[in-house]
Amino acid sequence: MTHAVQVTGLHKSFGDLEVLKGIDVTVEQGQVICIIGPSGSGKSTLLRCVNLLEQPTAGQVFVSGTELTDIDVDIDAARRKLGMVFQQFNLFGHMSVLDNVTIAQRRVLKRSKAEAAKVGMRNLEKVGVAEKAEQYPAQLSGGQQQRVAIARALSMDPDVMLFDEPTSALDPELVGDVLTVMRQLADEGMTMLVVTHEMQFAREVADTVLFMDEGVVVEQGPPAQVIGSPRHERTKSFLHRVLNPTHVEEAASP
Amino acid sequence: MTTDTTVTEAGPAPRARLSPRKRKKISLAIQYAVFLVVIVTLAFVADWAAIQHAFFNLDEARKAFPDILAVGLKNTIIYTLSGYILGFFLGLVVALMRLSDVLPYRAIALAYIEIFRGLPAIVVFMILGFGVPIAFQDYEMPYDPYGTVALALGLVSAAYLAETFRAGIEAVPKGQTEAARSLGMSQGRAMFTVIVPQAIRIVIPPLTNELILLFKDSSLVFVIGFTLSGYELFKFGESLSTRTGNSTPLIVAGLLYLCLTVPLGYLVRKLEAKQKRGRV
Repeated sequence: MTHAVQVTGLHKSFGDLEVLKGIDVTVEQGQVICIIGPSGSGKSTLLRCVNLLEQPTAGQVFVSGTELTDIDVDIDAARRKLGMVFQQFNLFGHMSVLDNVTIAQRRVLKRSKAEAAKVGMRNLEKVGVAEKAEQYPAQLSGGQQQRVAIARALSMDPDVMLFDEPTSALDPELVGDVLTVMRQLADEGMTMLVVTHEMQFAREVADTVLFMDEGVVVEQGPPAQVIGSPRHERTKSFLHRVLNPTHVEEAASP
Repeated sequence: MTTDTTVTEAGPAPRARLSPRKRKKISLAIQYAVFLVVIVTLAFVADWAAIQHAFFNLDEARKAFPDILAVGLKNTIIYTLSGYILGFFLGLVVALMRLSDVLPYRAIALAYIEIFRGLPAIVVFMILGFGVPIAFQDYEMPYDPYGTVALALGLVSAAYLAETFRAGIEAVPKGQTEAARSLGMSQGRAMFTVIVPQAIRIVIPPLTNELILLFKDSSLVFVIGFTLSGYELFKFGESLSTRTGNSTPLIVAGLLYLCLTVPLGYLVRKLEAKQKRGRV
């Protein structure tokens, strides 16, 4: 059986800076993997290497059996199987919400206008922003924009969804809406790779949690193990800082 | 006034400094006084009758109409718009070449921009008006003089417009390309569906500015040499002035330029204000 996503021996350097130092990750169909770790640990770069927004320096990436790192691969065709949601939403500002979710269907998948609109509206309804279809991204709240971005990615019928810190740019009261949509997607069996700082989400939704630091996977396993009883010192201190943000010094000393 | 008395009372020392408010008042009064003196002097010194006769001569102005509108204004608008449209598309192509991964394209685009931005427009017009017809005698420019003028103005404005477009394209956040690529769009598809439309929106104010500049530059095409029917505003006013020995037709031509450029300038300010309010 082919894995949904398989990453082997992945290295990525920006100039002299080695950001990823040999990463191996396997994601099975329907699995939700949450990648956690301090900023600068390379988790976003890992995600961006999976759909080749960053060209890996070395190593291989397979998606549903297709090698994306093959230099002769049709990368545009391969990326259709991978939906991506960005921290900054990246909606197309000059298009209405409906056009945002239909443009790629029509231009890339060559769907008819009516069919694209049908698929787009179905996904907008799913994420709860169907009534905003005629508005422009700038008129929407951050949470609504991010949900439109999820609908846009879903409209391409991807096999795997990649989430790059999807709630980090949101006001705290809007985070819940987006996480609810992601939880619903996970329940429906979508294969998901999520870079996140939302420990509660990772604990409840992830099948596997992957802790990264300084370009390597330090620890991975079920959330109860990695978040509940971490074995490595680096994981422990990271989780401690994330879960008790206001009591770092006092709690660390005794 | 109550405030005045408070201030004087507050300063018991005989050489108390004036309050900032009072100093400002006096400074303003002096500025107005200087202005008034200059105006009054001008009004008495200048020979208003002579000025009116030379520049604002109604009889001479009447002679310019209606041909200055039917020929001069019409040609200025046709020349400018045809040159602008050509320059718009050529400029877009040059901008995309400038950002290309192919080195020769980048080099050609850079050379083009440097040459046509650096050369005085009048030199380009002279070469196109005189040099090219002699060099390529078998070939006749279609729709002359309009073809030659459109090409001349288009070549010059394309250099400026290319730099404007490049700035616009570079101002579109990188995330837009990434989002488009992650949806399976090719580089070219992303450029034309997502990047360029947003880039053009960003540069609408400078694009309008370029149009204003081109209206003025269109006055230089007279060096290409036309018959009367090809005269644009400046040449029309200039030739009439020379014939009658009175500057009024030039003033009329100048005012007509302002009728075109001032509303456009107003439009630019409106667009800029609108952009400042909400993002594109």
